[in-house]
Amino acid sequence: MAMQGLSRRGILGGTAAGLATIPLSGRAAPPAPDAPAAIPPPVRTPEMQDITLQVNGRRIALAVEPRTSLLDALREQAGLTGTKKGCDRGSCGACTVHVDGRRVLSCLTLAIRCQGHAVTTIEGLAIGEELHPMQAAFLEHDAFQCGYCTPGQIMSGAALIQEGHAGSPEEIREWMSGNICRCGAYPNIVAAIQTAASEG
Amino acid sequence: MPSLNYVAPATVQEAVRLLAGASGLAKVLSGGTDLLVQLRSGRTRPELIVDTKKIPGIIGIREENGGFVIGAATPGMALFEHPTLKQTWPGVVEAANLIGSKQVQGRASLAGNLCNASPAADSVPAMIAAGATCLIAGSDGTRQAKVEDIVTGPGRTSLARDEFIVEFRLPKREPRSGDAYLRFIPRTEMDIAVVGCGVCVTLDANGVCTAARVVLGAVAPTPVLVPEAAAALVGHKLDDATLEMLDAAARRACNPIDDKRGTIDYRTKVAGVLARRTAAIAFNRASGGKSAGGH
Repeated sequence: MAMQGLSRRGILGGTAAGLATIPLSGRAAPPAPDAPAAIPPPVRTPEMQDITLQVNGRRIALAVEPRTSLLDALREQAGLTGTKKGCDRGSCGACTVHVDGRRVLSCLTLAIRCQGHAVTTIEGLAIGEELHPMQAAFLEHDAFQCGYCTPGQIMSGAALIQEGHAGSPEEIREWMSGNICRCGAYPNIVAAIQTAASEG
Repeated sequence: MPSLNYVAPATVQEAVRLLAGASGLAKVLSGGTDLLVQLRSGRTRPELIVDTKKIPGIIGIREENGGFVIGAATPGMALFEHPTLKQTWPGVVEAANLIGSKQVQGRASLAGNLCNASPAADSVPAMIAAGATCLIAGSDGTRQAKVEDIVTGPGRTSLARDEFIVEFRLPKREPRSGDAYLRFIPRTEMDIAVVGCGVCVTLDANGVCTAARVVLGAVAPTPVLVPEAAAALVGHKLDDATLEMLDAAARRACNPIDDKRGTIDYRTKVAGVLARRTAAIAFNRASGGKSAGGH
């Protein structure tokens, strides 16, 4: 795993050091307080192409194979491990991120085709220490147990409110149906989304 | 793993040239929600992926001559969010919005759902019922085809190796007509159709059906247009005798498989029931009702 030598705090603080990063907007995360060690670049294969992704307001230069998913590029190369790999086949929703503001499954999206599009991951929701309202609502409602599906739930919930589908618990359940929680935290997840929607 | 190239051409002509020039398997990428799963499982091993999304017009919806032109790679969510498409062709939009999760719908396209050629594809029976056609580009230029002429078997289409779908056309909807799509699954979301049914009907001023198209999904190797089921509706109002004829015609058209989702007997029975329910929604819409679809 590319995680070796990285601290969780460093990852949460921003993009891994060692990658050329240029802040693009005011939403950019602050510099990591304890910069993690550089992720070793993947072994270069002839198929690899150099791409630049715009993730959470920063440019990230990567070399990816055509088949590399956005999920693997984020986790294994950009060091952004907040996005989780559950099923890796589009069924569970744990890898949900936003591309150009629309929620998509990063496991079903090729990294190479995300060039020129704005990617937002769970690491990009908070502004500094200030949590996104959906993150705060999940804490308030204890809307998780093991927490593995939580980044995807939060990304989906944030998009759902933007899409205008938080009108009732029934509507929230339907529009969250692509996010599976094996712990069964659904009642609290729906409550958290209702709270975040009412504050929006 | 065999080597794989990815190209995102900016024109239809370039895409066709790439497909025609590929020495091995070339796959057309629109939303990618089926292709990526198949790539990862090894079910498909292309040497070339041609991403169509950079081609102008391949994503987007425009109204034309009272109908709609839908770019082949337009994601399902864009169909749902379009201001007038759902009012005009609610069955098509509801069917597209049953594909996968909401996140999948942020990517998944009508062209992908059609060309993946699953017998259980949700949007295909609805498009066929609506009389949708597609514009296909190839080395010899473009051609129009009916949607029902595309899928030839599970995973197989009538498209040549240098061809791909550029756009879909939904016709102008006739006065007093309406469409609907229902699928049966054991839960309400995130599943594959045990049976799917698309119906489009046109009524006269007295509520008598003057034209109908009935299409079944997941009960044969391809989605099936069932003229006998349509004939059961034409000339009739939606009464019990008509529904019984429709039910029987739908059951006779079934040639399903036995699998974990349903036995042959079960699928056949459900097809008749689903045809009744779908026709009821289509009749209601054709007579001006705002009947909601279901699952």
